[in-house]
Amino acid sequence: MADGELFQRAERFLSVLRHCQLLGMRVECAQAQGMTLCLPHGPAIVGNPETGVVHGGALTTLMDTTCGMATLCVLPRFEVCPTLDLRIDYMHPAEAGKDIFGFAACYRVTRDVIFTRGFAYQDNPQSPIAHVVGTFMRLGSPKVTAR
Amino acid sequence: MITPAQREQLLDAHRRNDYEQLLGIIPYARLIGIECNRIGDELLFRLPASPDNVGNPLLPALHGGVIAGFMELAAALHLLIFTDTGRVPLIIDFSIDYLRAGLLRDTYARCQLWRQGKRVANVAITAWQGDEAQPIATARAHFKIEEGSRP
Repeated sequence: MADGELFQRAERFLSVLRHCQLLGMRVECAQAQGMTLCLPHGPAIVGNPETGVVHGGALTTLMDTTCGMATLCVLPRFEVCPTLDLRIDYMHPAEAGKDIFGFAACYRVTRDVIFTRGFAYQDNPQSPIAHVVGTFMRLGSPKVTAR
Repeated sequence: MITPAQREQLLDAHRRNDYEQLLGIIPYARLIGIECNRIGDELLFRLPASPDNVGNPLLPALHGGVIAGFMELAAALHLLIFTDTGRVPLIIDFSIDYLRAGLLRDTYARCQLWRQGKRVANVAITAWQGDEAQPIATARAHFKIEEGSRP
């Protein structure tokens, strides 16, 4: 699949996820090698009012979505892939007032399960805020119902 | 830092079983709509059903990230109330297993503090909707705390 087509599919996918729209998330980059999404900074997702740092929940939403959408990079047809599990390790606190980017890629695809990993960063991808691994279940393509 | 005045405010909210003001100062808590209730000595967290928290338009189902955020927030609040940490608990790692789809209905969570050290606490969180024996997700987290800083 061409990267342009993948980008469009990713944007379409993200556009129907209401909570992601509420957070203002957008597709930054969609390539065969992996998916990058952006979580813009905003006052509504702050977890600590004294420091202005984003709550981990918003970051988890970014990374769950990014890992889930990384499956679009490896599957020839769209498949529903619910999250089985997700683990996030925080390397250092996010800086207040800056957008957060999430990158994820699939490193193993089996008949039933897809293994993904990725990281979240602000300015420097070499110094991530968090590392993430997530496992997703393959439910197959949605059945086309005759009308 | 948690000042003695803030600590007193926390404990007062706990005594009165009224956490609204406490939750009101956390923007993310307001965004997803988390509520807290004391039942006996225990805390029960509730996330009222909201279309804004949906992440799967087909079912529809709550976004897994919101369920995780709800559980992480519940764990941090649990630590604020039940430990005398001198700082706002800082997340070290978070691991969640999704067991069932979280449908568009009220979600509940309960926390278990398995271990509290001087610097690190381990908390397990269970989330369910209709039946507590059929959880939609289980999670566990480590937080950095500062034990024994109460004056």
